[in-house]
Order: sequence, then structure tokens, then C-alpha cells
Amino acid sequence: MATEILMPALSPTMEEGTLAKWLVKEGDTVSSGDILAEIETDKATMEFEAVDEGVVGKILIAEGTEGVKVNDVIAILVEEGEEVPAAGATSAPAAEAAPAAAPVAAPAAAAAPVVTSADLSPDWPEGTEMKSTTVREALRDAMAEEMRRDEHVFLMGEEVAEYQGAYKISQGLLDEFGAKRVIDTPITEHGFAGIGVGAAFGGLRPIVEFMTFNFAMQAIDHIINSAAKTLYMSGGQMGAPMVFRGPNGAAARVGAQHSQDYAAWYMQVPGLKVVMPYSAADAKGLMKTAIRDDNPVIFLENEILYGRSFDVPVMDDFTIPFGKAKIERAGDDVTIVSFGIGMTYALEAAQKLADEGINAEVINLRTLRPMDMPAILASVRKTNRLVTVEEGWPQGSVGGYIASTVMQEAFDYLDAPVITCTGKDVPMPYAANLERHALLTTDEVIEAVKKVTYR
Amino acid sequence: MPPKKAAKKPNVSAEELLGHYREMLLIRRFEEKAGQLYGMGLIGGFCHLYIGQEAVVVGLEAAAEEGDKRITSYRDHGHMLACGMDPKGIMAELTGREGGFSKGKGGSMHMFSKEKHFYGGHGIVAAQVPLGAGLAFADKYLGNDRVTFTYFGDGAANQGQVYETYNMAELWDLPVVFVIENNQYAMGTSVKRSTKSPSLWERGAAYGIPGEEVDGMNVLAVKEAGERAVAHCRAGKGPYILEVKTYRYRGHSMSDPAKYRTREEVQKMRDERDPIEQVRDMLLTGKHASEDDLKAIDKEIKAIVNEAAEFSKESPEPALEELWTDIYAKEEA
Repeated sequence: MATEILMPALSPTMEEGTLAKWLVKEGDTVSSGDILAEIETDKATMEFEAVDEGVVGKILIAEGTEGVKVNDVIAILVEEGEEVPAAGATSAPAAEAAPAAAPVAAPAAAAAPVVTSADLSPDWPEGTEMKSTTVREALRDAMAEEMRRDEHVFLMGEEVAEYQGAYKISQGLLDEFGAKRVIDTPITEHGFAGIGVGAAFGGLRPIVEFMTFNFAMQAIDHIINSAAKTLYMSGGQMGAPMVFRGPNGAAARVGAQHSQDYAAWYMQVPGLKVVMPYSAADAKGLMKTAIRDDNPVIFLENEILYGRSFDVPVMDDFTIPFGKAKIERAGDDVTIVSFGIGMTYALEAAQKLADEGINAEVINLRTLRPMDMPAILASVRKTNRLVTVEEGWPQGSVGGYIASTVMQEAFDYLDAPVITCTGKDVPMPYAANLERHALLTTDEVIEAVKKVTYR
Repeated sequence: MPPKKAAKKPNVSAEELLGHYREMLLIRRFEEKAGQLYGMGLIGGFCHLYIGQEAVVVGLEAAAEEGDKRITSYRDHGHMLACGMDPKGIMAELTGREGGFSKGKGGSMHMFSKEKHFYGGHGIVAAQVPLGAGLAFADKYLGNDRVTFTYFGDGAANQGQVYETYNMAELWDLPVVFVIENNQYAMGTSVKRSTKSPSLWERGAAYGIPGEEVDGMNVLAVKEAGERAVAHCRAGKGPYILEVKTYRYRGHSMSDPAKYRTREEVQKMRDERDPIEQVRDMLLTGKHASEDDLKAIDKEIKAIVNEAAEFSKESPEPALEELWTDIYAKEEA
């Protein structure tokens, strides 16, 4: 049976090429792997090999011909002793168009787990006993509870075991769970993050601690390319149920390389969930949810908040769902949206503004992906004014995303342009006075609120 | 450890030799067909063929047991065929169709099979090395006596994360076989031009990991070495390195004209060392099979590959809804 030999595509973008040279002639016997011709693409001259065996029956395109379209018949291969059939009569492989999929309207919303309506229910039932707890203790308690609950959960990172955590977050865990489940790693973020992701592929639920998120830049390829994308690339067969956690953002006087807020970076990535708690209750309830989640979760803590105490409900199993913001303070005059340590500026500003008769509604986002946009929109529709607060840099900020979404979804409700309060657009300086100015200040938040309320 | 050579007259059954022949031939014919479909525009983007390296995966799969895991780079078609994944699903992934292993969303470089314990298909050079050690970490943690084959190339062998992984794998005695598929060219850069130390497996010594060099064109030598490596891992002694000397006949990817080596170099390898021809000779000279027997196998393989190609053309493109699925795991009920 005769086979048509077609002009091949020899690069991802090639549509036509020059048939530079034939290396066989009519009547030659060829077998698979033999070079038939040299073909020039826009980038290179490539050798073109035979796939089938047979006799070159007829060469249809002479060498030196330019502009030969991909999939044009350039020669016909026949079996030993077979006649060359008339053109068009072969049963050759021809490029067939893919059966088209029925067109459907793409969903307009983002692929992030979508929060569809504002849920303002309280995090715990009224009357629950409360206990003053530091953020540090809350994180440890959450990990310990989940490790008791599920043997597949383990903690790995630098100094998490014998040293009890560089910031003492894992205090006591080695004693309770042993060296099999609380694992000190060498200082090799790229390597141990990859091992963590592989362990998640293999059925475990790792918690990978970065001593700070600054060092996670060494590991970001595994966080994004390996952890966040595998579920999609595998058509849903396997993903990475795990938590990457550690302190994020500026601490105090540690300079540029140790003082960066990564909230906006990770928030951009489909496949990741991103959490940035403020209070100890947030830290505990969200950490437990993060460990149980079947997706890779980025859990951005803050060194300055670790030692602060907050009331945490005394409950057997206290969790906070992702994508549920918390209204920390109700008000009618302006909406202030923040998360993580940004909440300290937002709440302090709201307190001072109240003394001047401006009632701010303060929303603590808690999770950035999924983001509780319905809560923000509901509040803006009430107050008609919005200020966002974060320590990260201004270009490509979390606030920038919120502002654009609010503009698209609630433009007619806005009585003033949205103001995004951010850290300054500079690497973090060391000098105490410069660092104070590089970070956000409460006064800047107050000033922004006065601007959008025209006071 | 000095490199071990396969015996001249191996003590091997006809059945086993025929199995190796069949599996290597399946990879070769599949890859030739993939090259053809690429030429026809049915396969897009990057497509890295395994032609010439068939003995590596076929030999090592012969040393593996049910439940052992494997993970590799983007040159992954051979690994998937060797561990028993359906050629139809692989070819349909290459053409980006619904019937592909990743529903068309992964492509040539990104396929997975939970059922066959194949963990991808990774596009970032050497990223699969710590991932593979992590799979072994999970097996050790779960105490299930499994071994992970972690394949990477001579190019990847210069990445820092490989050595971070060696350190932890030996420190924690992880049951992982690091298989360096040294095909002598990292895209267009020969090993000689990228490293002064000629031996890649010996680098494991710095971390206390044993290993050896293997003739990767000889499927029996690969299998033997694989058995030594697996025994070491299963005995709880930690990782083992196999530097398998092999050769790829085609360019790095479909658009590589391979001008960094001579046609004669490639032809010499094909004529003198071809892994499939070696087994074919053993079968014929040992009177394990006749020319007609082998022709029948060729025909059977051709039919499997043609069926895969037909399936890959007929399977529809994924529905547009698939754009938005599998980004997040479904919430537990």
C-alpha cells in the first residue's frame, strides 16, 4: 500500500519551508530512520527521516523548492514491486482537523474557589469560653491538634525539632511526636521544599516551615511549578495537599533581604490558596483548615504578631473556613480592608478616626485566595468609600487588585477614588528612622480615610 | 565500584529477551509515530523523543516490583510506555485530546498515572530529583518497602538541587534510585563542555551514596544494575546512583537540527550499539526466535502504535469547561 510523505512541521511555529535537498532518489529502498531530505525552516536546516520502510516511488517536489506548505505531499513511498498510484488515490495519513469541541461560554469569574455571597456569621457560638493565647501558641496548638488527628501530617524545616523552632513556633512538638514527624532539615530550601512536595504526591500531608518567607524564594519553583500546577497538569489525578508556612514581611531592623511581604506574589497563582492571619484565633482556626485542605496552602505569618495575645475560643475543634472575611469593627462612613499585620494599622486608625466622629468599617480578609470579595463589595455599597492597607509594595499590590475589582463591580457606589495604602516603593532600609518611613504608618491610613471622606 | 559488564552469553530466557525486544520496539515505533504526527502538525509545542535510550527504562522496569514509583523529566514517553501506561492515552495527550492521560491539559511533558505509580513528566530541569526523593520519603514514612526510580539527565546533574537532594536522601536513608540518563548531550552541550569531572555517578561519594556506571545500550546490563540498586534500597541502606550511558538519536526536541555532533557519530552508535538490534541478534543467534517470529512482533507493535495514533486523532479536543477544572481539589463532602 502506498504512503504519502508529507512536508513536516519541524518546529512549534513552522508553517512552510524550503525543500533544500533530496538525499534519496526514485527507486531507492529506505527504512525507518534513513534521512530522506534536508528541509530549511526559518530557524535551521533539519534532516528529515523516514518513518516507514519502502521504495521511493515518486518525488513530487523538486529540491530547491521554497515555500512548501506543511502537510503538502512531497513524495510517495510504495512497497517493493508496487506501482505508483495516481495522485490522490493513496490511503496516506493526512492531517485531520481535530473534532471541534462544542463552544461554551467561559465562566466570567476567576478560577479561584469562588466566594459567592458575604457570610457574616460569627467564628464561634456566642457564650463560648475564651482563653488569652499568643499567635505563637495558637499556631503550635493548631499543628499539634492536627498531628494528633492525622498521622500523615508531619512538620519539616530548619531548626523545627531540637531547637524548638527558630521563632519557637514548634515548641514541644518534637517531644510529643518524635523525630519521625518533626524533622530538622539542612539549610537547603530548594531541596527540602521539593522533597515536601514529593511527599505530598506520595500520600502524606507535609507542613513545610520556612524560617522566613524570604528564603522561600530559593524554593519558589517547587511551590509554583511543582505544587500549584500538578493537579491541573495531571488532569486532576494528583496534587499536593500541604502547607508552606513561616513568618513573612518586615520584622524589625533586619534590612532589605529579610523584610519583604510576599502576599501579592503568591496571591496571583491559580492552584495555591493564600492565608495571612491577624489574630491568634485566625491563626489557629485557619491553620487547622490549611492542614486539612487538599491543596497547597501558603500560610503567611508575621514575626511581630507572634508574641501578641488574643482571645481564642476553647473548643474541641475550632476551624475557620477559607474565603470568609471578618468584620472586626462595624461602621458606616468608610470601609478599610486589610489583612495580617496591616490590621494593626487599620484598627488603630479606625479607633482614632472614631474619636473624630468618622466611623470606619474594618474588614480583616484573613485569606487572600480565595478572597471574600462579596464582603468587601457589601461594605462598599454601604459606606461608598474604600481604603486598603498592606505593608507590601505598591506596584502589583493586593490593594491594587481589590481596587480594580471594586471599580468593575461597584463603580456606581463609589463616592471617592479608592486609596491603596502600602509600604513605600523601596527596598527595606536598615536605619531605624528610614525603616519607620518605609513601612506604612497609622497616620497615612488616617490621612487616606480623610481624603476619601472629604474631611 | 567498577562498572560491571554484562556477560557475553547471558543466562537469560527466550521469554525474557522477547519481552525486552517487544517493549523497546514499542517505544521506538511509538516515538517514530509521534515524530510523524508532529510533522503533520497534530502534536504541538515541545516534543522530546526517546529514540536510542529504550534499554534504560525497559531494563530498569524489569528490576522494579509492583508498587514501585517512577518520576522523570520532560523526555517521558518511554518511561510511561515501559511502566505499562496505555499508548492510546499517551498519544492522545500528545495531540492534546480529551482521551489523553491529563485530558489534554498536560501535553508531552506533563503526564501522570496514579494507577501505574508514574509521577510525571516535569518540565523544569532537575525539579523531579527532590520530588522523587520526596516520594521515597513518603514510602519510608509509611513503611511500605517501595522504591522510587528518579530519572534525570546529564544536564540536570549539574543543578544544585540534585546535590541538596543527595545530601538529604543519604542523611535520611531514603529508598530512591537516582538514574542519571547520560545521553551525552544537554540539549546542544556535550558533557565534555559542561563538566571537567568525567564521571557523574562518582559525585555521590561526596554524600556517601554508592553507585556505578552502566552500559545503557545493553538492556540486560541495565536490568542487572537495576537489581543491585533496588536491593540496596529495599534493604534500608538508602539511595543508590546509576549513571546509565546512553545516546539519543534524535535532536533534543523536534526543532533541534543537532548540528553539535556529526551524522557519522549518530550512525556509528546506531550501527554498532543499538539496544534493539543487540537483543535482536541475541534472539536470532541464540535461536530463541526466527526472522518470522520477529516480523510478527514488528507487525503486532505497528498495529498497537497505529491504533494509538488513530485514537489520538479521533479523540475530541477537551470541552472548554475543562479550562476551569482541576485547579483545586474538590472539597471533601
